[in-house]
Order: sequence, then structure tokens, then C-alpha cells
Amino acid sequence: MSRFDPTLRDEIIAAIPNLRAFAISLSGSVDRADDLVQETLLRAFANISSFRPGTNLPAWLFTILRNLFRSEYRKRRREVPDSDGAFAATLTSNPDQNTHLDFEDFRAALEQLPSDQREALVLVGASGFSYEEAADICQCAVGTIKSRVNRARKRLGEMLALDDASDFGPDKTTRAVLAAERT
Amino acid sequence: MSDDQSESASAMADGPSSPLGDGKGTVLGSDIQAKIGQHLRAMYDDVVRQGVPDRFMDLLSKLDKADPTSGEGGGRK
Repeated sequence: MSRFDPTLRDEIIAAIPNLRAFAISLSGSVDRADDLVQETLLRAFANISSFRPGTNLPAWLFTILRNLFRSEYRKRRREVPDSDGAFAATLTSNPDQNTHLDFEDFRAALEQLPSDQREALVLVGASGFSYEEAADICQCAVGTIKSRVNRARKRLGEMLALDDASDFGPDKTTRAVLAAERT
Repeated sequence: MSDDQSESASAMADGPSSPLGDGKGTVLGSDIQAKIGQHLRAMYDDVVRQGVPDRFMDLLSKLDKADPTSGEGGGRK
């Protein structure tokens, strides 16, 4: 006999892949992301009685994860940014060469966004949350989320458009390497 | 942590096709925006497709068997 409501347990398990993807986008590291997910699960089960059945379980879990990340972030800052990008490390399939290079440009641009913009963009554009849900998760106004998403999209658009034209970004070495690979 | 607010200054297109914009003209080019959406989801879905790593299933079984008195009363309702 399980300690936990089996339905709830299944729903939590079903949310894990999304929690990981979100955690990677926050932390920039697969290892830290998995630690974050683990802490989130522990926290969720310890506080399961504070979850109101029928409300949005994924949003509840995302909120826990985000709060954990934020408090940890405040303590340690982002001391060891993953230089090669966590998402790149998780890639299981390599698309064709051109698409892959596009993808690299995109990933580099995404990592340059301020973290509040990046998380808003990921929640709405990839996790599939509504603006309202994303606002709940980030504990801010819906208008703030909309503004962050718009700024994120605009900034990415500028970086990628610039990139098409010439060079961009702070890391000339990376750019040079990518450019070399391209030829 | 947010940066400058000058976003409206250089808005170039209306971006009516942007699924995420709110029609305020903050979108650059719809093809670039479409590409951003695709890349974002591709990156994210690639992680999602990896499913649930074993360490989390192990953790859940341990939690399930743990002594309920150490928690807040379990999930009974």
C-alpha cells in the first residue's frame, strides 16, 4: 500500500521530464538540474498535504523548483556556468549540419538572456503554460510575464538576425570556432 | 534583474503571426520568431523525450516506503 495517493504519485512522475527541461534552462547544467528536480520531489512529497487536489499540479511543482533554484542562486550565484551549454550536452539526436549550427546560435543567444526573461519564455513557449500559470509560478503579474516574454523574443530575434548578418555575442572565440566549422 | 525598458524603441514589425506576442509590435521578423519558437521547443522536447531517469524512480520508491511519521502525514485524503 502506497503512502501516497497513487494518482497524485503518477501525476508527479509524469511531470518529471518537464521539470528537468525547465531546471536545465534555469541552471545551465544537467547535473544541477537533476539535483534541483530531486530536491523538488523531496519537498513536494514532504508538503504533499499542502497541495490542493484538483489544482494545477505541474504548476505547483514548477513553483517549488523555481523557488529552490532562486534561493540557491542567491546563495551561490551562478558560480560555474556550464561553458558548453547544458542543452547541447543533452542532445540525443543530431539534426543535419545546418540545422545544428542554427541551433547552436540559438542556444548561445538564449543563454545570454536575463534569467527572468529566459524562464518566462521557456514556461510559455516550451513548457506550455498559459501566461496566467507562468505568472503564478514566477509570483508576478500576468503583464510582467507578457512583457518578459516579448522582450525575450525580441532580444533573441535581434541577436539571431544580427548573427545572420555578421558577428554577434561576447565570445569571439566561440563565434570563430562556429564560423570555422561552417566552412 | 531586468534590464532596460527600451524595447518599444526599435520595434520593427507588427508580428501579427506571433503566437506569443500580444500584438504590440514587439516582434522582429515572423520567420525569425517562428524559428525561435521551433528551436526553443526542440531543445526542451529533447530533454522531455529522455523520460524519467532511474534515479527519480528509485527516489520515489524510497519515499513511498519511508516511515510516514517522518513526514507530514502522507497524502491520504
